[in-house]
Amino acid sequence: MFNLNRVTVAYNGQPALKDLSLTIEEGEQVVIIGQSGSGKSTLLRKLFDLHSDRAAFVHQDYALVPQLSVFHNIYAGRLDRRNILRNLLTLIKPHKNDLDEIRSIVSELGLEEKLLDRVGELSGGQQQRVAVARAIYRQNDVLMGDEPVSSVDPRQAGDILNLLKRSTKTLILAMHDVDLALTNFDRIIGLRSGVLAFDLPSGQVTPQILTDLYEQC
Amino acid sequence: MLRVSLTFLGLGILCLLLADIEVSTLHPWLEIRRMFLGTITPDIPVLYTFRSALLNTVVFAFCGITLGVLFGSVLALFFHLTPVRLFCAFIRAIHEIFWAFLFLPIVGLNPICGVLAIGIPYAGVFAKVYAEIFQEADQRPLQGLPPGSLLTRFAYGILPLTYRNLKSYTSYRFECALRSSAVLGFIGLPTIGFHLETAFRESLYSEAAALLLVFYLLIASLRYWLKPKWVPLYVALAFFFITKDVSVQWENIVRFLGYEIFPWPMRRAGFISGSHELAFSFTEVASWAWRLLASEGMPGLWNTFILTQIVLAGSGFFALILFPGTSRHFVSRPFAAATKSILIILRTTPEYILAYTFILLWGPSMLPAIVAIVLHNGAILAHLSGRSADTIELRNDAPRGSINRYIFEVLPRVYGQFLAFLFYRWEVMMRESAILGILGIYTLGFFIDSAISDDKLDKVVFLILMTAIFNMLIDTISQRVRRNLRVSVREVVEIRE
Repeated sequence: MFNLNRVTVAYNGQPALKDLSLTIEEGEQVVIIGQSGSGKSTLLRKLFDLHSDRAAFVHQDYALVPQLSVFHNIYAGRLDRRNILRNLLTLIKPHKNDLDEIRSIVSELGLEEKLLDRVGELSGGQQQRVAVARAIYRQNDVLMGDEPVSSVDPRQAGDILNLLKRSTKTLILAMHDVDLALTNFDRIIGLRSGVLAFDLPSGQVTPQILTDLYEQC
Repeated sequence: MLRVSLTFLGLGILCLLLADIEVSTLHPWLEIRRMFLGTITPDIPVLYTFRSALLNTVVFAFCGITLGVLFGSVLALFFHLTPVRLFCAFIRAIHEIFWAFLFLPIVGLNPICGVLAIGIPYAGVFAKVYAEIFQEADQRPLQGLPPGSLLTRFAYGILPLTYRNLKSYTSYRFECALRSSAVLGFIGLPTIGFHLETAFRESLYSEAAALLLVFYLLIASLRYWLKPKWVPLYVALAFFFITKDVSVQWENIVRFLGYEIFPWPMRRAGFISGSHELAFSFTEVASWAWRLLASEGMPGLWNTFILTQIVLAGSGFFALILFPGTSRHFVSRPFAAATKSILIILRTTPEYILAYTFILLWGPSMLPAIVAIVLHNGAILAHLSGRSADTIELRNDAPRGSINRYIFEVLPRVYGQFLAFLFYRWEVMMRESAILGILGIYTLGFFIDSAISDDKLDKVVFLILMTAIFNMLIDTISQRVRRNLRVSVREVVEIRE
């Protein structure tokens, strides 16, 4: 489904990805790890561009509209599947069915009481969960996330990862928390300075491999 | 935010129903055709005859803004004192043209009339905006300074931090001063407005087009000839230029302030007996004021209010429709550039001149005034909203459809800023509404202009005071609304690119 063949990406002459080849099949659930600056976000964006029409995305900076409520930000995940009149009316007065559906998603994320609060008034961790909820509400068969659980506490992070895994078929995440990645996912991709360092089942990722990955270059 | 917006929109629509709107000219299309023909055949050689008016326009603007900056800076340092704040609110509540009306009887059609008419209200504006800029500056550098005199601390702790903002706001204001200076010609001062009025009145549209063209060029080229290091030279030349024409007669000032501005009942006995003495009788003055209020003040105020509310809602509506046309999130770059240049022309043309043109087309009613003020202010607002929209980075899975993108991603983000700026312009729109009365719409300017023609200066002063008080009231309400909505206008100082 995702096929990169010897891809190189550079920003202002600085290579972010070097000669990278990678295949991800439909239905796989994968995590990309690596130091900051190793090219995780670039790789995710590259993969997203391959199937931008059928993929949902959880952004590292959440990409929410702070002036709108939690409900409206999540509803925005399905704007292109509804007609404009309905979208306009929803801005003024949400439809009961939509409210119920979105409430059931946020209740799994512990945000039920914040449903009609403005996103700008929430904490960073709460905003991140809204971004996750929007991607889930989008109901695409591919979901990608750039550090989708970086701002929530570890126990909650596990729950959110499980929710993400249940909500979509193909899941591709970039994460910096290695333990969380190893315990929750089967396939781990390691990036180092824009180069594919390893691509292994999580059982085969040894401490030595990880030390090499995070060693200063 | 939604409730406030809908309230003002509703009020605007209600006022529109109450407004007097009609097209009374017989052949508007014929006039449009002649205007269009004039626009495409500007009479460039005629500009040579108007060279002194062009020079005067620039000179008045330079001298006026220099006065404004000097007094405004001093007032800004004391802006925390309530009397200073009220004084500044008062002097800026009176439009340049009304100030010119007040100075005409004292100094006549003299350059100093134009310079003061620009300088005084601008001092009030500069005091307020400079004070806001100082206040918003980072206070930490100031706290790091050793104790010292106020001026030293200001020069080292605040001025360096705010210099850029002060400079960019002042240069934006210079553009406004050029507009004010041009418009003052319409009431008789020797700037290009004087010749524009003649050209329009006599349907010499090629001449009018040439004058407007050179005015646009003047403003568009500001950045090339208005370098900070040359400003002192320009100012010196400008002052040198006007002082040769200045003549102030002391007895005129004394007669105006000590006699003519007093209500007629106080002067009547002395006038009839020839002694020119003043006599005060409370009941007579009160009944004079009451009659004036009932026959001219209240009708003028009512119409000014109606027009102001229509154009407030109208400008907002116009800007919201227009700004996507300038933003990279909705249109291609060439299209955005084209829309932007139309907006620049609309906001560069003084609303007075726009209104004058539309009155020629449609005859006097509120319609030309509404269209003129809405086009001018809507263009400014659309420009600012489009620019703040362009600073937004949309997520990569943002909705593709323009309308979804507009209502769910862009509009909610820029709306606070938009409302802040709309309400910031409220008092400006009210001043414009009042002024356009001079063109024959029954707002306060109409009655003030008639009183000037009848040489009834007591009436003029009374009605201008009334306009100023109403304007200060709107300014106060606008500040309340903005504070309640928790929106601020940081953008104002950056209005020019």
